[in-house]
Amino acid sequence: MKKEKVSILEHGLVPKHEIVGAEEIKELLDKYKIKREQLPKIKLSDPVIKEIKADTGDVVKIRRQSRTAGKALFYRLVIG
Amino acid sequence: MQTKEEVTKELTGAGVEQEIAELIGDEFMLAELTAGLDKLLDSEEVEEGCAEDIIRMAGREEEGEIKFGDIELKVNESAIPKRIKDELKKKLRAIRTELNNKKLDAILNGVAEKYNKSKVVPREAVGIVAAQSIGEPGTQMTLRTFHYAGVGAIYITLGLPRIIEVVDARKKPSTPAMKIKLTGEYARNRNKAEELAREIEKTYIRDIKSEIDVSRKDMSVWVSLREKELKRRHIEKEEVKEKIEGMDSDVHVEEAEDGKLRIQVPNKSYQELRKLEKEVNNLSVKGIEGIMRGIVRRENEGDGEYMLYTEGSALKKVRGIEGVDFSRTTTNNIAEIADVLGIEAARNAIIDEMMNTLEEQGLDVDVRHVTLIADAMTMEGEVKSIGRHGLAGGKVSVLSRAAFEVTVDNLLDAAMYGETDELKGVTENVIVGQPIKLGTGAIELVARGG
Repeated sequence: MKKEKVSILEHGLVPKHEIVGAEEIKELLDKYKIKREQLPKIKLSDPVIKEIKADTGDVVKIRRQSRTAGKALFYRLVIG
Repeated sequence: MQTKEEVTKELTGAGVEQEIAELIGDEFMLAELTAGLDKLLDSEEVEEGCAEDIIRMAGREEEGEIKFGDIELKVNESAIPKRIKDELKKKLRAIRTELNNKKLDAILNGVAEKYNKSKVVPREAVGIVAAQSIGEPGTQMTLRTFHYAGVGAIYITLGLPRIIEVVDARKKPSTPAMKIKLTGEYARNRNKAEELAREIEKTYIRDIKSEIDVSRKDMSVWVSLREKELKRRHIEKEEVKEKIEGMDSDVHVEEAEDGKLRIQVPNKSYQELRKLEKEVNNLSVKGIEGIMRGIVRRENEGDGEYMLYTEGSALKKVRGIEGVDFSRTTTNNIAEIADVLGIEAARNAIIDEMMNTLEEQGLDVDVRHVTLIADAMTMEGEVKSIGRHGLAGGKVSVLSRAAFEVTVDNLLDAAMYGETDELKGVTENVIVGQPIKLGTGAIELVARGG
């Protein structure tokens, strides 16, 4: 049995996560008139967060494959 | 190289007006033009059969008439989701020759309007709608049902018990199972797939022995192995021997003439040998912890690629095994998915599991309801159950919690800690007899006098 680990980011169930820049975060929060803490959360210990090396307080943008919309954007705040 | 005349002739033959054909002929050689068209046809944007239309459209410059590329551009600009865009583009392309700018604008506006109308209105109680939309079909579901994966003998919980399991966010489902997709040769060759199945299947001595006993006469443990099982599972006797000897440094194994294995440990009492016998019986020879059985099946009723169904689940451990296509391998253990692949993957898994279970029971529930539940369950970064210990238990309102379950406990705790209820939710306002803050109740309008 060969061990050649496949990245979890390649898995069909895992959508693309990326760290969002400060400007985009402001736009997002203004658009929905919310505070950063009101965003859905993702844990620092989440395997994808470890993989993309995001830190506590970062906001990640998730490009979901949606069954109804085709593509959908979702944001999560990284918490410790 | 073609002459101008040839180009014009060919273009007029394709239905282009004489005047324009000549214009094109001046600028292009047809070879160039068709090469360009071929390139366009190769790209995903343009479908087969567009070539003539492109040539025909090249001749349309009158006002209001649609130009090539307009459809693509305008659809992309309109504020509708990608899936609707894709569908729209396909349909518009089919009627492209009958379109003009005015018509196209009318269609796009119409679609955008319909889309906006179909959106959920702010303050709509989507949670209740979702709960009822799953609850009602739930009454039609079988209460106790197990099912086979394919024709094989793997049990998987389905129906209502499975829905409850998912919504309860159990750490381990009652029947863990994996669907392992294979790569390359493994997906095409049944023998290779079988080999892999035997490789990952957890095998203990007890699965391959026919007899195990302690002999008082020579103070040793005797194991006889079933040759057939060894062959089926691709295990060499030598491997078994090594495994047993690996248990402890003073364990010695030798093969007797009749093929039996004799296990000797110096200075052991009969009692201790009895204990050793049990340990040997439960000794693992090969395979992955947690995978009880692997069954090879073909996808799509027997003509697709080969894949493995397993009883038991160990997503982390099958990653990186040769022949396993990890990127397409899934398990029905959602907690495991959250652990290995993250919260977003868990959300997808919840949706898939629930939709598949509902579909298998012949129930048609809109995916949006299920999506909402999955979103609510994963909102905090971990998979939370819907219930006392999860979402409902995490509510801010005391009255709402008390109304749900264990009323007295909740009220008592709240009194002890001096909690306040802001009366913002539905339940608490119903309890105190106020209008609920939902739908029209969410807006406070005051009529201006005069």
